Amino acid sequence: MTDLIWLLIALPALGAAVLVFFGRRIGEPAAGWLATATVAGSFAVAVAAGAGFVTGDLHPTTIDLFSWIPTLGVDATLLWDPLAVTMTFVVTGVGALIHLYAIGYMHGDPRFGRFFAYLNLFIASMLTLVLAGNFAVMFVGWELVGLSSYLLISFWFEKPSAAAAGKKAFIVNRIGDWGFLVALMIVFAAFGTLDFGTVFESAPEVLSVGTATAITLLLLVGATGKSAQLPLYVWLPDAMEGPTPVSALIHAATMVTAGVYMIARTGALFELAPVSQAVVATVGVLTALFAATIAISQRDIKRVLAYSTISQIGYMIFGVGMAAYTAGMFHLVTHAFFKALLFLGAGSVIHALGGEQDMRKMGGLRKVMPVTFWTMVIAWLAISGVFPLAGFWSKDEILGAAFAKGGLYTGLWAIGLFTAFLTAFYMTRWLAMTFLGQPRWSDDAHPHESPWVMTGPLVVLALASTFAGALNTPWRLAFEHFLEPSFELVTQSLPPENIGVVVALAGLSLILVLFGIAVAWRRYTTAELPAEAGRFWYVTLHGYWIDEVYGRVFVLPGKALSAWFARVLDGTVIDGFVNGLGRTVRGFGAAMSTLQSGWVRSYAAVFGVGVLVLLVWTLVRGGVI
Amino acid sequence: MFPALSVLIVLPVLGAIAVAVLPKRRPELVFPVALAASILPLGMVLWVLWNFQVGEAGFQMLETAVWSETLGIGWKLGIDGISLFLVVLTAVLFPLAIAASRSIEDRTKAYMVSMLVLEAGLLGVFLSLDLLVFFAFFEIVLVPMYLLIGIWGSGNRAYAAIKFVLYTAFGSAFLLAGIIALGLITGDRIGATASFDFRDMLGVGLPASTQLWLFAAFGIAFAIKVPLFPLHTWLPDAHTEAPTAGSVVLAGVLLKMGTYGFLRFNLTLFPQASVDLAEVMAVLGVIGIIYGAAVAIVQPDVKRLVAYSSISHLGFILLGTFALTRQGIEGGVFQMVSHGLTTGALFLLIGMLYDRRHTRRIDAYGGIASVMPIYAGVFLFMAFASAGLPSLSGFVGEFTILLGSYLTLPGLAVVAGFGVILAAIYLLWAYERIFTGPVVHPENEGLADLGFREIAIVAPLVVLIVALGVYPKPMFDRIGPSVDAVIERIESGTGYVAPIPGPTLVVRAGETGED
Repeated sequence: MTDLIWLLIALPALGAAVLVFFGRRIGEPAAGWLATATVAGSFAVAVAAGAGFVTGDLHPTTIDLFSWIPTLGVDATLLWDPLAVTMTFVVTGVGALIHLYAIGYMHGDPRFGRFFAYLNLFIASMLTLVLAGNFAVMFVGWELVGLSSYLLISFWFEKPSAAAAGKKAFIVNRIGDWGFLVALMIVFAAFGTLDFGTVFESAPEVLSVGTATAITLLLLVGATGKSAQLPLYVWLPDAMEGPTPVSALIHAATMVTAGVYMIARTGALFELAPVSQAVVATVGVLTALFAATIAISQRDIKRVLAYSTISQIGYMIFGVGMAAYTAGMFHLVTHAFFKALLFLGAGSVIHALGGEQDMRKMGGLRKVMPVTFWTMVIAWLAISGVFPLAGFWSKDEILGAAFAKGGLYTGLWAIGLFTAFLTAFYMTRWLAMTFLGQPRWSDDAHPHESPWVMTGPLVVLALASTFAGALNTPWRLAFEHFLEPSFELVTQSLPPENIGVVVALAGLSLILVLFGIAVAWRRYTTAELPAEAGRFWYVTLHGYWIDEVYGRVFVLPGKALSAWFARVLDGTVIDGFVNGLGRTVRGFGAAMSTLQSGWVRSYAAVFGVGVLVLLVWTLVRGGVI
Repeated sequence: MFPALSVLIVLPVLGAIAVAVLPKRRPELVFPVALAASILPLGMVLWVLWNFQVGEAGFQMLETAVWSETLGIGWKLGIDGISLFLVVLTAVLFPLAIAASRSIEDRTKAYMVSMLVLEAGLLGVFLSLDLLVFFAFFEIVLVPMYLLIGIWGSGNRAYAAIKFVLYTAFGSAFLLAGIIALGLITGDRIGATASFDFRDMLGVGLPASTQLWLFAAFGIAFAIKVPLFPLHTWLPDAHTEAPTAGSVVLAGVLLKMGTYGFLRFNLTLFPQASVDLAEVMAVLGVIGIIYGAAVAIVQPDVKRLVAYSSISHLGFILLGTFALTRQGIEGGVFQMVSHGLTTGALFLLIGMLYDRRHTRRIDAYGGIASVMPIYAGVFLFMAFASAGLPSLSGFVGEFTILLGSYLTLPGLAVVAGFGVILAAIYLLWAYERIFTGPVVHPENEGLADLGFREIAIVAPLVVLIVALGVYPKPMFDRIGPSVDAVIERIESGTGYVAPIPGPTLVVRAGETGED
């Protein structure tokens, strides 16, 4: 079965190819079903091929498909191990549900078939990324998910803001990709290969601490782009211009977690660079805090979730940064469930209100959209980290590991803990403004519950968000054991061994979370929404004007410099010289011959100069040879 | 033996003659005859490709006809892994460029004759092993190209054509001087008056100072062709004013005469000078990468934008070549072909839009994806191919170049990497302004999407770009041995040792390591 895992990529790739060319002809809803079937097919293959890891019969396997770039010794290689299996399950499982949901959500769109072509392309790209057996193939997937993301964000390209958002996402990601690319240059020079197995195993002998630090910090640059961390997070809020299933699948559950996966995958290199680990963990936790403070004041139902995603990925980066790989991956999995659920719920609401995204014009939807509401309640509790839902277990495992590590990490733990309070606050605000209180929607809106293709996935994801915590509890570390074969080369940071300490830490965070919920509940379930006026709300509503700062500091000067190159350096300086020379030569030519005209004359003149040079040169050399 | 390479060069010439003698009252025959005449060499090239011995480093399918024993001049042709795919590229692009010339109505015959002569000239450049014959072809190329720009060009065509010729002639003078000097020196060594046989020249061990002078003489000509900053300003004018087919061939093939020249002649004939000047040349390449891309960003004319992007892409090739590593050079050869396909395709596409709207100004468009969805899709594909998206050919070339260059020139490779970011900026921003948003200009509302003929022109390029991106091995298998030979030649002619990546690379000459 293992040698068939290329099918995982091939199925959705084939779906994408068919739909690009025949999507319009296949039409609605068949195109959607076809796309869903290819992803479900991949999921089935993944289950069949990955089951052996649960039972312990299977060992990590590398599959060499064909020689790709021989001069670099790079093959198209796939790696099938528990880490890849975990990602594949999430990508194809959540992916299939979101494909199904999109059949309802995209109903009536004139480019229905094209949408599913792009979604399938994304799945194929993402699976290339997670199944890669070497850095080069991983980079292929890494950039191709960027392409799919671009295509899907700007899917409604007639809207200038959507087109601009897609472009911004790709360019900011490319900035990160530069880091990844340079890291690969160093890896290739140092190891002579890009193969994961060889690199990770020989890293301790080959790499100096300095080189290891350089490589891993550059990989972090890549991760901050793809996973929307400080300072490259700016594309993700804009990416909400894409259709909501896209936000759920790509910009919440899967693609944006690629950086987390990549750091976990390359843990053997981070192991050699403690400085990088500290930097990664700090970036992660600071991003978690920073984005949470912005999420607090957003009014767009999707932008709250976007900043929340940035914040939650911050937790994951924090986890894998301090070598708590299982905890980071665990949070990646649970987050995929509850954040996909939140986005799909938001989509259901937007769908019901005919495109409205401003939460100030919502409220009171719990009665008209019962399925959406109750699944959102689960998602809200899960992301807030309320016992016993999924987010509680995974988030507290990360925080616990930080606490156990001590030193710098105790400070980071405190920040993470405070962020948990903020998370509970803004998610309660989100739920209350949307579903609770009094209806504030306009009179001509007729909200209704969504069709089953949309609510079905909500229910499945709600169940997953409820029970996924059981994968890894302090009493039963199933996920940790499952992942063990993938982390044999690294020393993991683990939560405190003393169960009493673990329970005390969890209790502390639970108290903070409940406090956050209580504060927000009091504020936002009132008849009138609070004003949210004042400097704090104003500053965070605008995201500290980081976009504007980047515009002033990078974009404007960059364009000015380019324009100066084009106008002054190319135009005035170089061409001024060339044109002047041309005039002189033409005069010279005219002096030599009055018979010819035009270019031939100039040509002859220049040529004459050349032959003169030649003659002089040969004469001089003639004496020597 | 069957003189395949001579036939290859002669076929387009015969085609040109056939077009020229077509009766005046049958103008409708010009296009099909010219198209057929450009497809015949493609057939011949497939034969060459099929019979090319994989694993051979040296020249194959050699043909020799000596014209003058004493002067050492002759008709000597041969093909190796370095020239093979440039010949293939030439043979692939010409039929497409001619097929895309349907809209030429003025003096069609002369136009087609120019195109076919141009093809013969370019094939001659890549196949000649006698340097005087090489030079003759190098110059022949100039004439039809000048005519194509000057007669069938647009706007400021006279200026562009003269600028193109002046720049090139300036370089050619030095090249001719260099070739004659080298020919005399070679003759002296082998006991004749002169010899212009490339293989004879390889046997001459030149003193370092002579190498330096000759490197400069050859190098100026090639640097103008590439073009290298600051000798590049002919390119945007020539590309922009040339008719579509002219731009396709100019970017697709003509520029490679420069990079090919550096690799074929400078590296092998003047190895010591190449090693000494490698860093300088690579710096110029990297300046080209960044400068070309930066200037491309702000161009208001889409054709000019793509023209500047060529400066950026060719900079990568130069960097790879003068990194003097196997990977860098092989990537460079690969990129020559890949750039020909992607940029050729972009110029073809721009031409198709120009045929409809007769403007290349980006701000004359907007929302085109709504009216021409197929066109928009193909354009976006080519934009990403040009920006080096993995799984397409451009990535394979640039990735190999960057990894190969880092081995000897780490700082430059890191800076060159920024070119990848800039490429995304200029291409996607241009795409955004031309294709997305609402249709703002009413003239654009009724534009017809690509027709069957136009799809047939770009489809082969799409297929090749994907095929080379996913499975480039057959190309590398053929390029590799010839590049290895170049490296060995540099190593044997100098004290230079091409690095082998891996743990041993850490210890360099002069650094003794731990023990």
